[in-house]
Amino acid sequence: MKLVHPLMKYVRPGAISTATCAGCGDGIMAQAVLRAIDELELNIDDFVFVSGIGCAGWIPSPFFNADTLHTTHGRPIAFASGVKLARPDRKVVVISGDGDLAAIGGNHLIHAARRNIGMTVICANNGIYGMTGGQVAPTTPLGLKTTTTPYGNVERAFDLCALVEAAGASYVARWTTYHARGLTRSVKKALTKRGFSFIEVLSQCPVQYGRRTGVGNAVAMMKGYKENSLSVKKAASLNEEELKNKIIVGELVDKDSPELTEEIEKVRRIHE
Amino acid sequence: MIEIDEDLCKGCEICVAFCAKDVLEMSDKFNKKGVHPPLVVREEDCNLCGNCMLYCPDLAIVVAEEEESG
Amino acid sequence: MGKEILTGVYFMQGDIACAEGALAAGCKFFGGYPITPASEIAERMAERLPQVGGVYIQMEDELASIAAVVGSSWTGAKSMTATSGPGISLMQENIGYAVATETPCVLINVQRGGPSTGIPSIHLQGDIIQARRGSHGEYKIIALAPASAQEMFDFTIDAFNLAEKYRTAVFVLADAFVGHTREEVIIPEPEEIYRVQRKLPEAGSSEGKIRGFLDEDIAPMPIFGHGFKTHVTGSCHNDFGQRNVIDAEALDYYIKRLNNKISKRAHEIISVSQDMDGKEVALISYGSCYRAAREALNILEDEGMRQVGSFRLITVWPFPRVQIQELARKVKSIIVLENNLGQITPYVEAAAGGQAEVIFLPPRVLGTLHDPHAIVDKVKEVIP
Ligand SMILES: Cc1ncc(C[n+]2csc(CCOP(=O)(O)OP(=O)(O)O)c2C)c(N)n1
Ligand code: SF4
Ligand code: SF4
Ligand code: SF4
Ligand SMILES: [Mg+2]
Repeated sequence: MKLVHPLMKYVRPGAISTATCAGCGDGIMAQAVLRAIDELELNIDDFVFVSGIGCAGWIPSPFFNADTLHTTHGRPIAFASGVKLARPDRKVVVISGDGDLAAIGGNHLIHAARRNIGMTVICANNGIYGMTGGQVAPTTPLGLKTTTTPYGNVERAFDLCALVEAAGASYVARWTTYHARGLTRSVKKALTKRGFSFIEVLSQCPVQYGRRTGVGNAVAMMKGYKENSLSVKKAASLNEEELKNKIIVGELVDKDSPELTEEIEKVRRIHE
Repeated sequence: MIEIDEDLCKGCEICVAFCAKDVLEMSDKFNKKGVHPPLVVREEDCNLCGNCMLYCPDLAIVVAEEEESG
Repeated sequence: MGKEILTGVYFMQGDIACAEGALAAGCKFFGGYPITPASEIAERMAERLPQVGGVYIQMEDELASIAAVVGSSWTGAKSMTATSGPGISLMQENIGYAVATETPCVLINVQRGGPSTGIPSIHLQGDIIQARRGSHGEYKIIALAPASAQEMFDFTIDAFNLAEKYRTAVFVLADAFVGHTREEVIIPEPEEIYRVQRKLPEAGSSEGKIRGFLDEDIAPMPIFGHGFKTHVTGSCHNDFGQRNVIDAEALDYYIKRLNNKISKRAHEIISVSQDMDGKEVALISYGSCYRAAREALNILEDEGMRQVGSFRLITVWPFPRVQIQELARKVKSIIVLENNLGQITPYVEAAAGGQAEVIFLPPRVLGTLHDPHAIVDKVKEVIP
């Protein structure tokens, strides 16, 4: 008997073989998103997937067999906002890279969170600019030598979850590709959450990060995620020194606040 | 049972590394992409945990319970 | 529900007329960011869109505004933004995206004095070339230039119709003068307003088989939410929207198809108005300069000089090259009136090809309307 992968039904014919490098964490993320949709028994035709430019932008585009908008570098959340505002009944999901969402597109990220617009943003954080050849990103660890920080990175890395939480998101979680099950659970939660949900996923780039910086291959990077991560609960009892260089994984925010398109609908109803 | 779509495999070895039961090994043969896909060598040890499937970035592995015959 | 079309006669500001034109055209989405002298359009849309079941959103900047407009257009909503030069400068990358992905949208540029922050409330026709080529790569654009508050209403409707018909981004190149002028505006009965709706694929069109892009005859738009499973990308793509970032052949096809879509239909898109029969001298103008041209012609007529006529560009882009070629064969001189340092003048010269003398005439002070008498004086230099 030939087994068919249960998620293949969501993959665009002709795009089955992904464009990513061997071992790239983005494939694990793609699978987690599709698995969440499958387990929730949602119809993928009710979704619009929006992505920017970068390797992570190719997670849904063209891989997911659904309406997909592959946009410009940094702007997917702004495009997605237009989609959601015009069609609030759509499930709008942005999947893109750390550079895309937090450097060039950082302003759109915080404002979407502030508005609490009903969309899910999933950030593939590989700590680097993968597509353009391993340049420093705002998420690159301090001291790391990249192609544009040959003497070591002198800038601090962004804590994306803290940023989005401060801006007002309804749901925030962080996982790594090693935590694919937790990630799937969070995607399910995010997809059914009212308001703005954000999931940061540490996703290995074995080529531009792993190989160039000597951190190792995909397996070594995922083992690193396993060894260096702590649950939110565990982290709560540790001090700053003990948390240094640790990855805190799990749900960081889960709260209820008014969602933008519902508020707009209320204003409209005054005129009916 | 485990099935590997060899031609989708990119040879990253994640599945082999994260199988706690040592069921998989990289093979010597080349697939269409020119890489070595893994081989199921100790299927009897497999506990169907699904890790290999969950972690394969290229949807190349399917793990499913054997359908009861009869 | 409020009315989409406020039939009646009004004394109205150009910017407000523009907003009303958009609503009359069926606009349901406005994404923008405040800027003088275009803010009144946003303010009017913020008030009016919720009344007609539409959405107004003030985005965090103009990059986001145009992105939201494109996103909304992909759901099928007629969508627009309005800004001035600094905003258009920020929008450039995504204007190219709208053209490349064949997304109908309307961009109002109420031009102001530049470069840079310049003077916000003074009108200049400084962004004419920017509209044509401001985004990178090889593409075509459509741009209309209104000269009055009434035309702010009429041309905004035309812009929506062109955007829907040709599936592309269309500019309305207004300026602070026409945006802020208060004049009589007649809003017709709803049934007198011509509205174009984009073509959609037939319902139930089988997924993956829809040629939704790169058709020189304008592909139906496989908008989101209908199970078309559309793949939209600003990367090089084929008729089905499939990305190809490897082959030069694919790029060649992509560029030529997108450009031919407009250039092969330039004759249907281009609109000029002229009264050049039997004339010797042409006053070429567009936008607010047309007002000065008309006044100068009135003075000349009063003085009995009937050899001078007006040739007005209603669409600045695509450029009416053939029409100006013909004009140059018939007249002795062409005087080009622009409120800048000569942005379309080189295009006029190229089209005239030496058949007629081409003279560029800016206002004495940039950012003001031409003194009609200065135009008359220039005409008298040409025909003593
Ligand atoms: C406006 C603009 N600037 C720069 C680029 C070049 N560029 C493409 S992808 C990219 C960075 C991608 O990094 P990230 O978003 O982290 O995605 P990754 O490739 O790492 O998944 C850059 C700078 C671009 N396409 N557009
Ligand atoms: S460069 Fe890095 S992020 Fe990009 S596909 Fe390759 S491994 Fe993945
Ligand atoms: S299902 Fe689990 S035990 Fe079986 S091969 Fe995969 S990883 Fe190993
Ligand atoms: S994880 Fe997938 S791609 Fe990687 S070696 Fe195993 S089967 Fe091949
Ligand atoms: Mg990155």
